[in-house]
Amino acid sequence: MAIGKDEVRHIAKLANLEFSEDELGRFTQQFNSIVEYVARLNALDTADIPPTSHVGGGSHALRDDTLVPSMPREEALANAPESERGHFKVPKVIG
Amino acid sequence: MSGAFGRTIGEIHSLVTSGQASAAEICGAHLRRAREVEPRVKAFRTLLDEDALRQAEAVDRDRREGRPLGPLAGVPIAVKDVLCTRGVPTTCGSRILKGFVPAYDATCVARLRRAGAVIVGKTNMDEFAMGSSTENSAYEKTCNPWALDHVPGGSSGGSAAAVAAGEVAASLGTDTGGSIRQPAAFCGVAGMKPTYGRVSRYGLVAFASSLDQVGPFGVTVEDVARVLQVIAGHDPNDSTSSPQPVPDYLKALGKGAAGLRIGVPAEYFREGLTPEVETAVQSALKSAERLGARLEEISLPHTEYAIPTYYIIATAEASSNLARYDGVRYGHRARGAMQMGPLYVRTRTEGFGEEVKRRIMLGTYVLSSGYYDAYYLKGQKVRTLIRRDFDLAFEKVDVIVTPTSPTPAFRFGDKVDDPLSMYLSDIFTVTINLAGLPGISIPCGLTRERLPVGLQVIGRPFDEETVLRLAAALEGALKFRDHRPPLDGTS
Repeated sequence: MAIGKDEVRHIAKLANLEFSEDELGRFTQQFNSIVEYVARLNALDTADIPPTSHVGGGSHALRDDTLVPSMPREEALANAPESERGHFKVPKVIG
Repeated sequence: MSGAFGRTIGEIHSLVTSGQASAAEICGAHLRRAREVEPRVKAFRTLLDEDALRQAEAVDRDRREGRPLGPLAGVPIAVKDVLCTRGVPTTCGSRILKGFVPAYDATCVARLRRAGAVIVGKTNMDEFAMGSSTENSAYEKTCNPWALDHVPGGSSGGSAAAVAAGEVAASLGTDTGGSIRQPAAFCGVAGMKPTYGRVSRYGLVAFASSLDQVGPFGVTVEDVARVLQVIAGHDPNDSTSSPQPVPDYLKALGKGAAGLRIGVPAEYFREGLTPEVETAVQSALKSAERLGARLEEISLPHTEYAIPTYYIIATAEASSNLARYDGVRYGHRARGAMQMGPLYVRTRTEGFGEEVKRRIMLGTYVLSSGYYDAYYLKGQKVRTLIRRDFDLAFEKVDVIVTPTSPTPAFRFGDKVDDPLSMYLSDIFTVTINLAGLPGISIPCGLTRERLPVGLQVIGRPFDEETVLRLAAALEGALKFRDHRPPLDGTS
């Protein structure tokens, strides 16, 4: 199943990315060859196979509900492109 | 003191603790070496001259004042630029994190510091650890110390090259589909991906959370074991880190290969394998037999599905993890956007490089409505089949040996225009990330062009000991350290 430019444009929108027409053409081509390659998994019958979402040996433990110091606000804001009065500053959200 | 670089961790540790050399002298010698070769190798994004010397002097002060010294006291170590380092820029090889200065150390970095290691700098990498050649760095191309017109592998290419060039005694990398083992193979050093959950990932910038793992590079297997000893173990800040106790890895090293059952998977010695790589690995397997190990042919029948499975799962997780780069809290922000929507789009479009965009797009696609079952769920099911292949194999054998990569290092530009052929460079390494297993790459020979060939040892979950044991035994038999990269015109 070939993926067209329009579909790639739609995926780009979902991913918050933008491409020029040139890039879109090249991307669509590469995208199709990768998706075609990936589709070889369809050769396998996996109807009765459970999915693996993680291979964790982790504890997944909840910690005790005790207060511990958190990062000071100035440090948390130190990398912000723009901040004001202890907040991250962004452009208007609702137009 | 000259000749202080190129020493093992054990040698540095005994020099520093006995007072035969100060940590500052060791650090100075490595910094001089780095300044000498960096114009050619370009392994580092950030080299910490004065700060590194200050860390070394603190070790020397501890010694003078009789305080106990850690197991890595005075050992110069480099850290991949994907691990957070307090007060030191951490770019992930991406423009979108240009100028980002973390407010805290990753747990593995904090543990290195506590053990007395001297953090010398941050190493170059493929952007967000996506790539197999370090050519995807937004900043510079790192060169392979064995042949400067060849890639060092990736994505931890800078960490591998820095160790191979003698700029540091050891380094940290990360491995999502082979990003420690493949560059270790290309650069002729040892590099280990521990079991999923063995090392904390707190402070590691996430790429694919069900696959990512931090691990060490060293000149010798023993050096890898010494660094692993320090960074392994449970961390309350990472719930995926395992509470299993950490064994004494150095003890495992001297046990030799006698009695080990080594599985040799037929699927890893087929099409696409460069004959010189096959010859070197087969000859190492014969050495293992001479050391008393028994070889058994095994089958991992779903190997051919590993790359497509990996590219579904890794890209899906990446598209989700990388959604956080929005120009609000840190990193690049596009100028002049008057509203949030365009701010996100323009920030991300300007900030991410092509391969990262390609993977975010593929991940978004396989997770999108209507395709989720066909791709993502399918990938997760095949992942189960790949795990089962290993479970079955490990009923019969103790370890598995394969080539690390089907080819030795390739030339710059050879694969950049063909994403699929670049992805296939990881064909022998992605399987163990999917299965969550530990694996190490050690150098096992040189091609006619004098490029290193890597051999991979794979073990059962949390059985790093057996992996290190066989790797150390083979290292002793193969004597690869007699070869050095031709950076000094002396080899």
